[in-house]
Amino acid sequence: MKRKLVDIAHARSGDKGDRCDLGLFAPDAATYAVLKREVTPERLARHFAGMASGAVELYPLDKLLALKIVLNGALSGGAARSLRSDNLGKCAAAALLRMEIDT
Amino acid sequence: MVVKSIRVGAGLGFYGDSWRPVAASIERGGVQYIGSDHLAELTLAILQKDRQRDPSAGYTRDLVPMLTTLWPLAQQHGVKFLLNAGGLNPEGARDALVAEFNKRGWQAKIATVTGDAVIDRIDALRAAGEPLAHLDGGAAIDSVRERMLFANAYLGAQPLVRALEAGADIVLTGRVADAALFLAPLIHEFGWAADDWNRLAAGLTVGHLLECSGQGSGGNFNSYLGNGWESVPDLGHIGYPIAEVSADGTAVITKAPDTGGRVDFDTVRQQLLYEVHNPHAYYSPDVVLDMGTLKLEDLGGDRVRVSGATGQPRPEKLKIVAGFDDGWAGTATIGYSWPGAMKKARATEAIVRQQLAEAKLAYDEIHTEFLGFNSLLGTLADDSRIEELNEVYLKMSVRAKDRRLAEAFPRQFPWLALSGPPTASGFSGIEPARQLLGLWPTLVRRDLIEPEIKVSLQETAQ
Repeated sequence: MKRKLVDIAHARSGDKGDRCDLGLFAPDAATYAVLKREVTPERLARHFAGMASGAVELYPLDKLLALKIVLNGALSGGAARSLRSDNLGKCAAAALLRMEIDT
Repeated sequence: MVVKSIRVGAGLGFYGDSWRPVAASIERGGVQYIGSDHLAELTLAILQKDRQRDPSAGYTRDLVPMLTTLWPLAQQHGVKFLLNAGGLNPEGARDALVAEFNKRGWQAKIATVTGDAVIDRIDALRAAGEPLAHLDGGAAIDSVRERMLFANAYLGAQPLVRALEAGADIVLTGRVADAALFLAPLIHEFGWAADDWNRLAAGLTVGHLLECSGQGSGGNFNSYLGNGWESVPDLGHIGYPIAEVSADGTAVITKAPDTGGRVDFDTVRQQLLYEVHNPHAYYSPDVVLDMGTLKLEDLGGDRVRVSGATGQPRPEKLKIVAGFDDGWAGTATIGYSWPGAMKKARATEAIVRQQLAEAKLAYDEIHTEFLGFNSLLGTLADDSRIEELNEVYLKMSVRAKDRRLAEAFPRQFPWLALSGPPTASGFSGIEPARQLLGLWPTLVRRDLIEPEIKVSLQETAQ
C-alpha cells in the first residue's frame, strides 16, 4: 500500500552552512523497518533533486528508531547569503513528509 | 561532600528569543545553572555591523534587559548564568552589565572569556602554517580574505570552567560551542577529567538537548501523527527544557511544573538529531560524541532519561567560522487575487525580467518565489490546484555585488500597480538592500588559539 510519510512518521530539519540536515522518526519498530527499507539515499536524491545539488547521506539509528539524513549543497550556499524565504531549511522536513512510499 | 546531581536549564536559543520561560525554570524548576545561547552562525554578522557603528557595541543587546529581569530571582535561588551574549565584544557586554548592576546596587561576580576572535590574527595563523582552507572542498582563503568581516574560533568548556572556579555568578563569552555553556557547569561540579570521554560525551548530549530552548520541550514539534504538534499543551506558556544530571553523566530531561510544552521520547529525539551531521561523530572542542549508543527512556510526566553516551577523544583542531561580504540582495513583493492569481503573478515576473534585460540591469542571480504557493516548499510544492488559489504574492529577489544595483531592483515595480496585470496589491515598497554574507568554516591548531584565551572577573556593588 502506498502511504505518505506524514501519515506514519515525523521529522525536523535545520541548517549548517550549505547543508540541510533532517531527522526522520518512526513511532514503532515495524514502521522503522519500513522506513529503513524504503527511504534510501537514491530515493531521497530523487525526491530532493530540485533542492540538493550534492550527495545525500543517510545514517540509521536503530536505538532511536530514526534516520538521519544530510542533503549537501541544499541551501543556496548557506542561510546568510541565500535569497530563499526558507533560508534555514526548516521546511525541508515538511517536504520530506510528502514522500510516498510502499508500506 | 560528593555532589549527586546538578540541574541545568535552558536559557535563550537565539538572539531575540524569549526569557519569560527562564523565570519559571528558576522559580520552580530547581535549576542551579542557566546556559543561554545567543549566537547562531550568522548572528556575529549582525553584531559586526553594530560594532562598526559603535565600538562599545558588538554584543547581543538582549543581555542587559534579560539579566535585569532575571537576576533578583536568580540571586534569591542561587542560580548562575553562562551566556555567549558577549558576541564580538564580551568586555563591552560586561561593562554594560556592570554599569547596570552598580546603578541598582546589585552584587554579582561577572566573568568574561575572550580569545575566540581571530580576525586580526588571520595572517599570523597562516604564517604559523595553517592554510585556513574551506572545510568543505578546500578552497583557498585568498578568494575571500579582503572581504572578511569576522572570524571566530569555537572555544570549548574549559575556560568557562575556570571562570566558575574563580567564583563567577555570570560568565560572558564570545563564540564557544553552544553545548559548552551547559557542559562547563557539569565539569565544574562533578570534577570530570578532561579525558573522561564518555562523561564529557554525556554532558555534550545534555548541552545539545538544551541549546535550542523550547525546541527541546515540544516547540517546533514537526509531527502530524496522533500525538503531533496540535496535542502539545499550552505553547503560549512553554517551559524550556531542564536537565537533572547525575555524576556518571546520565540525565533526566524535564521542565518546570505548571508550564506548557511537552518532554517525551518524540520531542527529545527530534531535538537530539537537530543540526547534526554524522551522528556517530558529533564534534565539539571537548569531545566527539557517538549518538548511536544513546538510550532514551520515556519515564512519563514530562521526564525522559538519557544514558549510554560514548565519547571519542577531542579533535586535534578547533573550528573557526569566518563571515565575508558576499554582495547585496534587493527584494520586492507584490500580490494578486483570484481569479487567475498565479497567472497574473507569473505575467508580472515576465514583465520585470524583460525590463531588467532592456535596461541592462545585470544581476548575479534572480530568484522568484510565489508566496502562498511555493516560497517554503520550493520545487516540492504541489501545483495541482494552482489555478484556484485565492491569492498569490510574487516575491522576487536579486543578488548583486554593488549595493546601488541591488537597491535599483524594487524600483522596477511601482508602475505595475496601474499599468500591469489587474488586482496588484500589497506592494512591499522600496526596501533598502540587505547585505549578504558568506560563511567560511575552517580548522586551526589548538596551540595557536588556546594560549590567547583569557578569563577575567569583575565584581559589582562591592
